Amino acid sequence: MQLVLTEDQELLAKTAADFVAEHSPVARVRQLRDVGDPDGFSRALWKQMAELGWVGIPFPEAVGGAGMGLAELAVVLEALGRTLAPEPFLSCTLLAGQALLHAGSEAQKSRWLPPLVAGEQLLALAFQERRSRYDLRRVATQAERAGDGWRLSGEKIQVLDGASADALIVSARTAGAPADAAGITLFLVPHGAPGLAIVRQHRVDSRATALLTLDRVTVAAGDVVGTLDRGGDLLESVVDRATVGLCAEMLGSMSAAFERTLTYLKQRVQFGVPIGSFQALKHRAAQCFIEIELARSTVMAAARAIDAGDAEAAKLVSLAKARCSDAGVLIGNEAVQMHGGIGMTDEHDIGFYLKRARVAEMTFGDAAFHRDRWARLSGY
Amino acid sequence: MPNLETFRSELGAWLDANAPKTIAGLVFGESGGNWGGRRPTWDHPDMKPWLERAAAKGLTAPSWPREVGGGGLEPAEAKVFAQELARRRLPPPLTGFGLTMIGPTLLRYGSEVQKREHLPRICRGEIRWCQGYSEPDSGSDLASLKTRAERDGDCFVITGTKVWTSYADQSDWIFALVRSDPKAKKQEGITFLLIDMASPGVSVHPIRLISGASPFCETRFDHVRVPVGNVIHEINAGWTVAKALLGHERNMIADVFGAGERKKGSRGSVLADLAREYLGGEGAALPDPVLRDAIAQCEIDERAFGLTVQRSRDAAKAGHQPGAESSLFKVYATELNKRRTELMVKIAGPAALGWEGPGFDAEELARTRHWLRARGNSIEGGTSEVQLNIIAKHVLGLPD
Repeated sequence: MQLVLTEDQELLAKTAADFVAEHSPVARVRQLRDVGDPDGFSRALWKQMAELGWVGIPFPEAVGGAGMGLAELAVVLEALGRTLAPEPFLSCTLLAGQALLHAGSEAQKSRWLPPLVAGEQLLALAFQERRSRYDLRRVATQAERAGDGWRLSGEKIQVLDGASADALIVSARTAGAPADAAGITLFLVPHGAPGLAIVRQHRVDSRATALLTLDRVTVAAGDVVGTLDRGGDLLESVVDRATVGLCAEMLGSMSAAFERTLTYLKQRVQFGVPIGSFQALKHRAAQCFIEIELARSTVMAAARAIDAGDAEAAKLVSLAKARCSDAGVLIGNEAVQMHGGIGMTDEHDIGFYLKRARVAEMTFGDAAFHRDRWARLSGY
Repeated sequence: MPNLETFRSELGAWLDANAPKTIAGLVFGESGGNWGGRRPTWDHPDMKPWLERAAAKGLTAPSWPREVGGGGLEPAEAKVFAQELARRRLPPPLTGFGLTMIGPTLLRYGSEVQKREHLPRICRGEIRWCQGYSEPDSGSDLASLKTRAERDGDCFVITGTKVWTSYADQSDWIFALVRSDPKAKKQEGITFLLIDMASPGVSVHPIRLISGASPFCETRFDHVRVPVGNVIHEINAGWTVAKALLGHERNMIADVFGAGERKKGSRGSVLADLAREYLGGEGAALPDPVLRDAIAQCEIDERAFGLTVQRSRDAAKAGHQPGAESSLFKVYATELNKRRTELMVKIAGPAALGWEGPGFDAEELARTRHWLRARGNSIEGGTSEVQLNIIAKHVLGLPD
């Protein structure tokens, strides 16, 4: 494993940075929030990103993808994270897209993956419930046999881009009790299915998430994604991939928040001197720098470990998420504190970084969750 | 690279014929191994022929030029040598500050005469070196050092006191920073000087640390006469040399605490195994969830650091300029080692409270001393606070 960008990856990073500078300032996120955009992202921009090949980075060429890996996707997501771009990479490219790519039937893949990669149709993965916290296998949503097919009932929360998706992949219990690890199955449910209600949820980061209510929603046998009762393992491997993508985004966001803060420390004058000359702030800034550098190494390692099918990949994902969660929140908090009063105003962009850092921390497990997972995977 | 494989097999044959089998797998503490010098000590009688044979072959300083006693190996060949030693579990034939500190400094800044005089003797392990930087009143503010160097004909006359001179009581020569121009701006009046410890007026006094006996000494100079020819680089240009050497020292410290710990960790969890000894709970989650989280945090941080060191090396191999990340090595590695040694003491609980005597395992006593000794990691070689200042100024560009 080489922890250095290849020439192609450097070129991709440059392209992504130029694109973000031209098309995606933080002001765009503010605008999407203030007008109450129903998607919470720009479909036009998403289409452009698909045309650039980014949406299909981790998909085979057969479905229109680039046949590359998470190491490449991470480079793009880091650039987008720098300005908090909310386009649906997590939901489409990573969560639902990877679930279908790795476990979907040929029919499911040929129906959904080409339009997904082309940026024409959207998919979402509904895996969280009100009482599941970070446990992917704590599923109360029920799936009952109904003839050849299934009938789904239950509730899913904070489904990323759930209201915009043309179809949703939903985890439901096909065997066992809500707390059992086994007995979970994933189902493809089209938008508009009778009995499926989708309501927009509002979170602090203003990204679009949805509350899903399933009331005896009927799906066919062919809508099962992956193996019956084995959806828990599939969820874990898919969420691991998405976690690396999220960590890359977090790396971009924390880097940008820190750079903005550094600029402020050099410009803001109090007591007749720039506040960045105060040692109390210098040392804390240096600590933030250290945290970002360490986070970068872990994200690069986790992405490459998954791409290489490394036996240690799951541990490295938890390493990256534990470090990025702590670093992201530290830098979000320090950024607001060091900006002082202006940092508390909605008018200033820095608050957007703090809010996104908190949401990202608690998406796919916080630092304590991943330290626990690290310990478990290490045998203690 | 077929040449490299030929090199490997020839080297392997030489090692099999010349490295005493008796020393394979020997484990040394902080002060163990072949340090050479006029009064050498041997951990095993066969460590002496090992040094002599390796020196004759140029393998005590494998990558130094052959004309000064080194092996003249290319980096790739030096790596093969390290691999072949590790494969046979052989200790390095020679260690010490001659090889790691003053040697590389002489190669970069020394005159031809100085190189010819000192480097071959270092390679043969004949001279043991120590470092004279800090003074009682010059710690973090090293450039304020006051040890006087007064010119008298062809000599400097040295008067002053150096502290934290590791192994000075066993060393033959010292490389020291002295104040040669008291009127110049503080960094500009310093000279880098080589001093024979056998010179009249040099005295050495060991320093006992909070962890007990230590390699540290206080070294006093009372009108010690040193030839002007022993100046490295130029008179009053010693700070340049010192900074280069300090950077080197900080990287070395990072290696010791960073990469080394990571290698240990990759063979399983040392901390978790230790916790099982005191907490039990075989085969399940450790029964103390707070300690378990602290262990995971420590391991995660060690791994993140190890990966950062690797990232820096990979970037260098790919031909990139050294990145900003190397500036964090010293502060992070030493703070991490402090945290780790403290955690080990916490895991052992009351069993970690022994100073000496009955009722404690040797490992327990050593662990406790190690914890106390590690408190110094973030002080020696530049305090953590100074390291953070350096990052703030030179990496982040924050104003003075």
